[in-house]
This record gives sequence, C-alpha cells and structure tokens, in this order.
Amino acid sequence: MTAPAETPPITARVEEKFPGAVTASHQQFGDETITVAKDQYLAVMTLLRNDPTLKFNLMVDLSAVDFLGQSPRFQVVVHLKSLSLGHRLRVKVGVGEDGPEACTLPTISKLWVAADWYERECFDMYGIRFQGHPNLKRLLLYESFVGHPLRKDYDIHLQQPRVELRPVRERYDYQNRNLTDPSETERRPL
Amino acid sequence: MKRSNLPLEFGAEPMDIEIGPSHPAMHGITRLSTRLDGEVVTAVEVEIGYLHRGFEKECENSTYVQVIPYTDRLNYVSPILNNIGYSLAVEKLFGLDVPKRAQYARVILGELSRISDHLTCNGAMGMEVGAMTVFLWYVKAREYLWELTEEVTGARLTHNWTRFGGNANDLPDTFFDMLEERLKKVEAVLEEGVKMLFKNKIFLDRVKDVGVLSRERAIEYGFTGPMLRATGEPYDLRRAEPYLVYNELDFEIPVGTVGDSYDRFLVRHEEMLQSISIIRQAVAKIPKGGHYQHDRRAWLPDKTEVYGSIEGLIDHFKVIMEGSTPPKGEVYQAIEGGNGELGFYLVSDGTGKPYKCRVRPPCFNFVSALPEMLIGHYVGDIVPIYGSINMIGGELER
Amino acid sequence: MGVKTKAPAIEQGAFFTTRLDAVLNWARKYSLFQYPFATACCGMEFMATAASHYDQARFGAEIPRFSPRQSDVLWVAGTINHKMAPIVKRVHEQMAHPKWVIAFGACASSGGFYQNYAVVQGLDRVIPVDVYIGGCPPRPEAVLDGLIALQDLIQTRGPTGHTGINPRQTKEVLLLSRQ
Ligand code: SF4
Repeated sequence: MTAPAETPPITARVEEKFPGAVTASHQQFGDETITVAKDQYLAVMTLLRNDPTLKFNLMVDLSAVDFLGQSPRFQVVVHLKSLSLGHRLRVKVGVGEDGPEACTLPTISKLWVAADWYERECFDMYGIRFQGHPNLKRLLLYESFVGHPLRKDYDIHLQQPRVELRPVRERYDYQNRNLTDPSETERRPL
Repeated sequence: MKRSNLPLEFGAEPMDIEIGPSHPAMHGITRLSTRLDGEVVTAVEVEIGYLHRGFEKECENSTYVQVIPYTDRLNYVSPILNNIGYSLAVEKLFGLDVPKRAQYARVILGELSRISDHLTCNGAMGMEVGAMTVFLWYVKAREYLWELTEEVTGARLTHNWTRFGGNANDLPDTFFDMLEERLKKVEAVLEEGVKMLFKNKIFLDRVKDVGVLSRERAIEYGFTGPMLRATGEPYDLRRAEPYLVYNELDFEIPVGTVGDSYDRFLVRHEEMLQSISIIRQAVAKIPKGGHYQHDRRAWLPDKTEVYGSIEGLIDHFKVIMEGSTPPKGEVYQAIEGGNGELGFYLVSDGTGKPYKCRVRPPCFNFVSALPEMLIGHYVGDIVPIYGSINMIGGELER
Repeated sequence: MGVKTKAPAIEQGAFFTTRLDAVLNWARKYSLFQYPFATACCGMEFMATAASHYDQARFGAEIPRFSPRQSDVLWVAGTINHKMAPIVKRVHEQMAHPKWVIAFGACASSGGFYQNYAVVQGLDRVIPVDVYIGGCPPRPEAVLDGLIALQDLIQTRGPTGHTGINPRQTKEVLLLSRQ
C-alpha cells in the first residue's frame, strides 16, 4: 500500500496533456487510479481512448459509489483496459448533488458504445444523469419506480409493487387450511 | 442470411412483435420489442431487468462472507467461478496468501464449472435450432460434473465454497477417484456432440454467418470471453493477467475468425477440451498441504483452536459478530468467468460490510449489442443468435 | 355392450367400481402438461430434473407446453421480482381451468434470501400456489417429491379443491385482467 515515489506512466501522461486535471491518484493494491476534475472528464476520457501511448479501447465497467454526507456525494468509477498494451486504469470523477449541474456528468457513450447501457444502469441505480446520452431511461427497474435504490438513503426494504399483492393473512390461512374438510376451500373467499 | 433487395411492391407493412419476457423459444427472460419488415428484423429494443434482485444493495447490507452465497447466484451455470472471483477480490483487499493446494483446487473446480457453463450454452444452442438430443446429452454430461462438485462442496449448484484465505474444505480422495472416469464420460459426450452437430447441414445453416459482429465492434461493445475470442481477439484473463496458478499450467486459447454464432459455438467447444486438459494437469501437479490459511482479520480459525485456546475463541467471536474487517480502500479483481471478464469492484470503509460491491457482468455487454447483431436477419434467426450469446439472467441483471 | 345381459367378466367377479371423479382425477394427475416459468437459478435444476438423468416423464409430467393455454401446471422456478410479477399473473390467468401452481425453490416460495426493494416476498403474494418446494435450489429428488405431492392433491381434491381461480369467480378475474 505504500505509494511509489515516481508517478506511474499513465497518470504522468494525462497530467502532461491536461495539467491540473488529475486531482488525486493512487496505486493501492496495484490498481492505478486517477481522480479527474468534472469539467475535464470528457477531455481526459477522449485522450485515454485515442492517445497512441494509452489506447484504452475496452471500457470494462462504469458504476458509481454513493458517499452520503460527503461532498461531492457521488463518485462515478470507470474501469478501462487496453487490449493492445495490456494496462488498466481506474478513473474516478466526483459528481455533486447541488448546484445547477447537480447529479450530471457528460456521457462517454460516444467514445465507447459499451458505456451506453452502463450509464443507463448508473442512472437507474443512482440517479446520475448523463448529458448527451442518446436514450437515458431506466434499465433494470421499471418506469414507475420512484427513487434510486442504490443510494444509501434508500431503504432496502422499501418495495414498490406493480400489481396488487394478495394479503399475507390469506396466504397463512391457506397454508393452515384443513385439507380433509372438503367444504373448507369452497367456503374460503379468494 | 441477410435480406435480398426485394422490389418495393412486395414490401409488407411493418409489423411489431414482442418476444418475451416469457416466450416459448427464449430460454432467458428478456423482452425484445422487434419491428419486422416482412420477415426481416428492422429494429430491436431490448428490455431487461426481469431478474433484478438487488444484489448490490443486498451485499451492502451483508458481511463480507455473507456475500459469497449471493455470488453463487450471479452466473448460476458456473457458480464456483463467481465464488473464486469474489474471494480473490477480498483476498487482494486483505493481502492474504492462499495455500498452493487451495489454489489448485480452485482451478480444478473452476474449470469444471466452466465446462458445465459451456455445456449448457452449446446444448441450448443446439436445442434452439431443433437438436433436442444434443441438449439432453449435454445436460447429462453436466450432471456428471455436478456430482463431482457435490462430492467436494455438498451442493449441486449453489456451492458457497471459497473462503477468504482458502476453501471451505479440501478435495476429498473420493473426488480424485471419480474425476478421471467422469472426465472420460464428458469427453465421450462431447465426441457425440461433434458427430451430431459439426456436419449437420441444418445446424450449420442456422448458425453460420448469422449474428456476426466484427472484432472492432465487439471491442467497442466491451465484449470479453468466448464472444470476443470468436471474433479473433485472443484475450483471455487466465493468460493476460494470470491469477491463481494459471501461469503454471499449459493451455491454448481458441479463437474464431468470423465472429458468427458458429464461431462462438466452436470456441466454447474447444475451450471445454482445453479445460479438461487443464484439470488433468492440475490434478497431476496439486501439492499436499492445507486448504486454508487462517488470518484472524479475515475468517474463522480452525475448530480445534476455537475450542482449545482463548485466542481462537476470541477470533471466532469477533469474526462472527463484526464480520471480516479489511483495511480501507478499493480494489478491482477480474477473472475469466464462463462468459468473459467477471470483475468485482469492492470499496471498503473499514467496517465488516462492503461499502460497495459491484460486479462487472460479462453478458451485460453482449445483450446490449443484441440489436446490432439481430437487425437485418430473419425473425427465425433471433433465437439462435440469442442462444449463442449465453445470456444468464442472474449475472445480467443481478 | 348391452347385447348380453351379463358380461363374462362380471360373471367371474373381475370388476371394480369407482366414482367418476376419482377416475378423472387419476387421469388428470398422470397427464400434467407443464408450463416451465423458469426465471433464475432454479431453472437450471428444473432443466436437470426434466432431462434424462432424473426423468420427470416417469411421473406423467413430461411435455413442457410453452403456451399457458395448453398447460395444467405452472412451475414458477426462480425469483419473481416486481417487474416480473404482472407477467406471472398474466400467464396464470391465461391458463385454462383446472390449473395448479408449484412454487419451485425458496425464492418463489418466500422471496428466499433476497429481502429487498426488488423481489416479491413469495409468489403467493401474486397468484395462489398449491405446492411449495423448499431448497435453494431444491434437489431433483425434492422436485419430484413436490410433483408427487401435487398429484396426491389432485387425486384427493380434484380440479376445484385447489386454490386456482374458482370457476364462480372467473368473471371477476376477467374484469381484473382487462383493467
Ligand atoms: S431459490 Fe435459490 S436457486 Fe432458486 S432462484 Fe432463488 S436464489 Fe436461485
């Protein structure tokens, strides 16, 4: 976990191209990580994809982490991999909850098609809106769902059924019914 | 089988059909809203989420070890691979060393799991175009493998087998007695499959040159695993970023050339043979030793210590009451799952529960690329193409 | 029939009497057409049970019918979440009477170990269930046991004694499904 003295090459390259864009970086457990400023996010991502010394052609994963009570509240985490050069990078960018640009981030689905669905899922689960996304709808949940379940302030047990649920009483009545009495099930209102 | 340019007077009115989520020919629960022009698919919209079970939320509310059973149910055709991936991620977080024997055991069971995954997919692909027999045979072969894993883990499908620092139990002697015989049987079934399908005109016509996705597009879509290798890109995490003891084992990475359904089928078939060879090598090389290395932060000590020493008892109590407490930080660990890069991204805040436990599901990308694979094909090709991507609901929707 | 006053079999005492509904129930229980509504991991075990190794066909429940209108038993194998619930309900309503429902596995029976915003806490919160098969997933032996339990239920209770929609209430149900 001790941070090496010199800056790793990928981070150095990004810093060289966009001075000040990398606000933090670490190499914990050998995963090279950079945190970039929100306004430079798209530019950095474009560089990572197109730069001949970086060539991150595979967008591995995109998701968010909700640090409730901190500012900025969300952190969008993107994992990249270069198939030709074999290196990996984790890019993090903070997304705040307040201000005119609350919970928004530019989309990277123009750079990697794969990001399309990952961003939709991220929107679904965290409510982060990706500006410029071609089809930003809920992916895993349904349109009538209120809220974003992976936010830390969403109660895990809060359900939003789409059909009327049968009462639990009835279910236990049914389980305890007397099977030897033929009139029992006849009488029971359903 | 792309459409020919029919003169316009034959052009039918566009027709919309909804396929799924519960549809006779679909073995997954995905809804495809398709628009047809005559018999040709012109637009597809994929709707998923019918098996969304809140995996991540559930993990954030469980201790680290309680997550292992949930990982079983991600890709439920190769559960042990999920176990291994998650445990490796947590072990990376703790900085644990796993004994060599446990690593070999993980390789053996992981490859068995991979074979059962590919058997299911290839069998279902056959079934999708009418070759029911192949499916029944492949499921029979899968049954032989499940009995093997049951011998070790006690469960047929949901194993919950790995722990942090090793495995729940060692490979018993009976396992090794059964193994070779079972592998031979599986090989025989695969041989039968070759006879049934590889020269079967009907099968070939249905899978060749359908659902083609070029290598560039596949990478754009973030494909990994057999789907990517079918397009010719030899990216296999067992080779690219070796984990466990894969760098001590000798195996080949089959790749396709065209990237159609047939290539995917062949790649999966070849991978099964490779996996069998990996298992044989691993069995020959597996060293003696313990199956579990205890670390007091990570998981329980041996039972004799719990009953025999006060330190053991305290460790046991602490792990049960507080859970395993890794250091703060974040970690990403990917392994080659049945479908491709199965990654686990964990964020730890130093407490007993993961602050964030994210799975990078390989077949998510495949399903997102479905429209591109389907458009331009006949409606009858939807199901074979869909079968070839091996969509697994638990992993796709979590 | 009817020509001879006494059939030779009756003279020899080789006959038995029964009630018509008992015969019908007997016939019903051994020709169950099934609708496998497999959503999740339990579907894998369902596959294994239906395939040649465990061979569910031995119990007269062989052919999966993928049209609800042609099937008698709805096997709900796997987790049902809130997005899926309306679809299960629709499938169940489309099945012709008499019909039975088996909740396959812990998730379908009670929500299993998924207690969260997404998962319906038991299939019986949505449609009536006749047999619950526990296990996560149930072993094929347990599945067959559940099937036999259903057959007993059919034999003893007949088509109306189960919890499927009562014919008298069909009208209401139709109204409901139109809404
Ligand atoms: S009961 Fe278990 S095996 Fe069955 S669907 Fe639920 S989690 Fe999967």
